Amino acid sequence: MSALLILVPFFSVLILNLPLKGIRKLAFGGAICLSLLQMAAVFIPDAAFWKINPHAFGSIFSFELSADSLSKVILFCIGLVSFSALFATRQTLKDSAGRFNFINIILIAVAGMNGVALAQDIFSLYIYLEITAISSFILIAFNRDILGLEGAFKYILLSGVATVLMLAGIALFMLIAGSTSFAVIHAVLLNHNKDFLISLGIGLFIVALFIKSGLMPFHGWLPDAYTAAPAAASVLLAGVVTKIAGVYVLIRILVSVISFSPAIKSILLLVGALSAILAAIAALTQSDFKRMLSYSSISQVGYIILGVGSGSVLGIAGAALHIFNHAAFKSLLFLNSAAVECQLGSRDIEEMGGLAKQMPVTSLTSIIGSLSCAGIPPLAGFWSKLVIVIALWMAGFRAYAVIAVLGSILTLTYFLILQRKVFFGKPNAEFKDIKEAGFSLTFPALILAALIIGAGIFTPFILNRFILSFNSIFGG
Amino acid sequence: MFLDLLSLILLVSAALWTVMTRSLLRSAIGLALTSAVLTVIMFKMEANLAAVFELSVCAGLIPVLFVSVVSLTQPYTHQEILERMKSMFARFRLLPVILIGVGLILVLLGPHSQVQLPLPESGENTRFILWHLRQLDLLGQVIILLGGVFGVAVLFKERKKSA
Amino acid sequence: MLSAIFVVLLFIIGIYCIMASYNLVRALIGLEILIKAVTLLIIAAGAKSGHLHLAQALVITVIVVEVVMITVAVGVVVGIHIYNNSLDVRKVRRLKG
Repeated sequence: MSALLILVPFFSVLILNLPLKGIRKLAFGGAICLSLLQMAAVFIPDAAFWKINPHAFGSIFSFELSADSLSKVILFCIGLVSFSALFATRQTLKDSAGRFNFINIILIAVAGMNGVALAQDIFSLYIYLEITAISSFILIAFNRDILGLEGAFKYILLSGVATVLMLAGIALFMLIAGSTSFAVIHAVLLNHNKDFLISLGIGLFIVALFIKSGLMPFHGWLPDAYTAAPAAASVLLAGVVTKIAGVYVLIRILVSVISFSPAIKSILLLVGALSAILAAIAALTQSDFKRMLSYSSISQVGYIILGVGSGSVLGIAGAALHIFNHAAFKSLLFLNSAAVECQLGSRDIEEMGGLAKQMPVTSLTSIIGSLSCAGIPPLAGFWSKLVIVIALWMAGFRAYAVIAVLGSILTLTYFLILQRKVFFGKPNAEFKDIKEAGFSLTFPALILAALIIGAGIFTPFILNRFILSFNSIFGG
Repeated sequence: MFLDLLSLILLVSAALWTVMTRSLLRSAIGLALTSAVLTVIMFKMEANLAAVFELSVCAGLIPVLFVSVVSLTQPYTHQEILERMKSMFARFRLLPVILIGVGLILVLLGPHSQVQLPLPESGENTRFILWHLRQLDLLGQVIILLGGVFGVAVLFKERKKSA
Repeated sequence: MLSAIFVVLLFIIGIYCIMASYNLVRALIGLEILIKAVTLLIIAAGAKSGHLHLAQALVITVIVVEVVMITVAVGVVVGIHIYNNSLDVRKVRRLKG
């Protein structure tokens, strides 16, 4: 039945576009309901809902989908971030016809991401990744301003190269296994000695995923795409799209298909550490609000990859927890940047100052988001970073554990700079009459901030159960 | 064997011409040619259904798209094209050398894989696989086409005068 | 095995074209050549392993995805041209990495 998570957004788009009077007005409410339903659906305990069920819709359709704890974390993030992005459309897109299209494309992206989260076949994974990618191209270029179009073009080229590499990997796996299903390839790879073709296939796949997640040597497209996109699209992209397209798929492939080897671990750790540190240093030097957040995003993805690279259940669980936390605090921070941009008409943090008085909600929520990102206890980000550092230490990668802590300090530094320049410090006389952003930007920000604090307080109580639930994903 | 080799060499030459020719219009035609040669290769490998798709879509539709974008945007006069031709030639002249070199290296000391191939599939045909085993992909195709429709609606929309 | 060598050659042509061209359309054509290479690879892998029908099913899907992607990319290129009156990448580099 988990196929409903793909089918419902798809059919909603179809229904919304029926030539009926007044149906377009339902788009926003309907899409919000869908995102809430998706978050609720994750907590359906019924195992039959999540398992492969070939005859759920009679014998006509049979979709091979299934979900474990990792997929559920991701599905929840998709719901959460699309909820925030949908709210952001209300204030940032004035034209109602444009907003209707935007909501439709978000729904298509959600259908694609749900497909990625549930697929059990590398080729299905590819096509749902492409659905997600193509809807993000359109979202980035949505306003058709020159920066958006150029950012979209860069993304199209690099994402295109990445998918070609991924397809080459799929072709090699198909040559070796005669199938594209996770289970079959996994069984075949276990029985093979390390052959040249197998290593090539794995290598192509991993490089493709590094490009898609925007990790440090391959990050060229990411800051441009995030910065140039319309505000609501940046929330969606930074919060969840690249995490799904890169990091989630990487974890899924490593766990369900190719399994860890020492060489893979060392590559992941190296790339992760490089991104975590270099991107944080790059973020220090930025003066554009969104660009700084983009580099921070790369750095946090580096963190997640460090957790994955430890190769242990604890590390994977920490990575999943950090994906969730990142979805919460990065969407929140991008919402804040949207609020500031909307009110001031500028993203240059050098011009700003003293906005804390004029925009109290935005200022407060952005402090919570930044501190969670920097890993300050007791906020949610602290726990996931702690789990990742402990996993690295226990797996014997102590140097990398130290690098991870160092990265956290850098994160704190650039967020302090950001806070000081934007919300505190000397007020700029030019922006004397600025007011707080509208309800549709502050409301989701408040919800996300509450979620970060709540998750931070409750994480210690559920951490054990959360990590235990990840034991099963290594079993199958 | 000889014919296979010939068609593959033809494929690479067509691709090379596509990227090295100086006019974008010819480049688009070269792409169609490359696709057509690929179609022949696919027919020879008995991938008939996929070959038909390749011929109609990749050799037909996509070059048309490229030709229309070139004619919509062609910004250069003949003189400019002649000037650019020199710099293009300078940038691309290494490519054939690289190709021949890499090709020779691969032929001489190509790594030989001893990988064990899987059992061949039992008597299913392409239509059965596509409609019964890969329904998730078909659903994905429908969604992606829908996404493409929205893409066209958004990106090719008549631009307002103020913009 | 023979077609594998030519797939590598096509890959080199495509990557070289994307990296060396100053023109957005030509970069897209390079991407197309990469997709041609991978199409050939999938079919050859299917023929070699005896799973040609599966390979054909995959190639048909790849072709559909390719068309949609190129359509969106062409839309973006036309949009850029309206602003810059040029398709030269060197004018596009106002975004810095």
